[in-house]
Amino acid sequence: MTTLRRLLRPFLGLALFLLIWQLATLGNKRTDVPGPYLTWMGLQELLVQGILLRNVVASVFRVAWGFSLAAVVGVPLGIALGRFPYLNQLFNPPVQLLRPISPIAWLPIATLLFGPARWFDPSDLAAIFLIFLSSFFTITTATASAVASVDRKFLRSARNFGVTGLALATKVLFPAALPQILTGLRLALGISWVVVVAAEMLGVSSGLGFQVNDARNNLRYDLVVAAMVVIGIIGIGLDAVMRGLERFELKRRGAERA
Amino acid sequence: MSGVPKIRVAGVSKSFRKGKETVEVLSGIDLDVAAEEFLAIVGPSGCGKSTLLNCIAGFEEATSGTIEIDGERVTRPSKKRVFVFQETGIFPWLSVRDNIGFGLSDRTERERREIVARYVALVGLEGFERAYPAELSGGMKQRVEFARALAVDSDVLYLDEPFGALDAFTRLEMRREISRIWKETRKTCLLVTHDVEEALELAGRVAVMTRRPATISTILENPLPRPRDPGVPEFRALKDRIFEILGVERKV
Repeated sequence: MTTLRRLLRPFLGLALFLLIWQLATLGNKRTDVPGPYLTWMGLQELLVQGILLRNVVASVFRVAWGFSLAAVVGVPLGIALGRFPYLNQLFNPPVQLLRPISPIAWLPIATLLFGPARWFDPSDLAAIFLIFLSSFFTITTATASAVASVDRKFLRSARNFGVTGLALATKVLFPAALPQILTGLRLALGISWVVVVAAEMLGVSSGLGFQVNDARNNLRYDLVVAAMVVIGIIGIGLDAVMRGLERFELKRRGAERA
Repeated sequence: MSGVPKIRVAGVSKSFRKGKETVEVLSGIDLDVAAEEFLAIVGPSGCGKSTLLNCIAGFEEATSGTIEIDGERVTRPSKKRVFVFQETGIFPWLSVRDNIGFGLSDRTERERREIVARYVALVGLEGFERAYPAELSGGMKQRVEFARALAVDSDVLYLDEPFGALDAFTRLEMRREISRIWKETRKTCLLVTHDVEEALELAGRVAVMTRRPATISTILENPLPRPRDPGVPEFRALKDRIFEILGVERKV
């Protein structure tokens, strides 16, 4: 009975949300804020035309590149900063200064840097750069603090067995900090997904952010909300993948978080 | 003691800066440990026993005095002398097998497998090779750590309150286990503990440390034959003797 109730509750919450949405938008047309039904119809229209898939791929592509680059640079840098306090003292002030700046504020710089068209769509490079910025600081800071708090006895154990330098980083520091690094990556991916939509509203002609803007320009608010729904669902999906990774790692160590 | 000692600690002092003050923890420690000896260091908690062990192991540097092992000055930790930590220092992200093989990266894959299998058997963990530390009991984790320390063919083991995190029953069991391993492998063992009974059950000699700034006040010979029964009068007499030196009143 209780488990059934626990399973039903999320659905109940969703149903309640749909009901409020429906009531608040009763009688609205496609040019007003649409209700659930109009949105559903709009979603089908987008799906059938194939525009949706193209825009999803464009957004995911930008996030995948920007986020991966940030992880590839940020994790090793974070390990170095966490390991060597003097490096941290050197790099921490600029990192902390740049961190609270919204990646969107970098857009003019990004287009200036990656403006002229080359072999690659320059708008893609600018967007990837923004995604990189939006995850890089979170990943670096999370990794650095995780590595700095690695239990001293693990470091001493490693030293005792002659494991130092790069081997120390790969065999001890990285695995010891991995659960917290994964949490940092999950947060960063969440931010990336938020930022990509905003970045695509300016100066690009593909992606879910563009989709939202484009629909608005055509006064098709049903398509605006349909795109919003898709953004939400993909966001949940990305988060679920990262949570799965975290759980897998913690479970392997038998230390699954409640 | 005859001949050259395995470990020679001469006039070791250690002080820490605590804000503006300098706190002297160790004050002129002299200690010789023979090869294949099992020596325990007991003392009141916070007296600097662990600090002394960390200096001997090369993790910390003495403020003055010298520590020599096999006639060579200790400046850093070595694979030949492995430290066993208070609450197990084995790596939670590695399986039992990979933990035991951690110090064997310079061996071939085949050698490593053989050595790991040998030490898994020595500590009685057959069947748990693929398990992760979180799946093991406290006593089993401690066994993994002993196996890891022995697998690199070390000749000295530093045991820093190795049973401190275990329940009373497991602690007794692990004492027997260490006694057995020591007899089989004849490593030089240096045990730091605040448990006088544990020290007397395991060690051939017991060094008693004073409060801070600590010196070694007495080194007690323990001639009782092994395995030792804490219930016999000779054992209790030695125990009372140490408590007397530590200044603890004991009433029966």
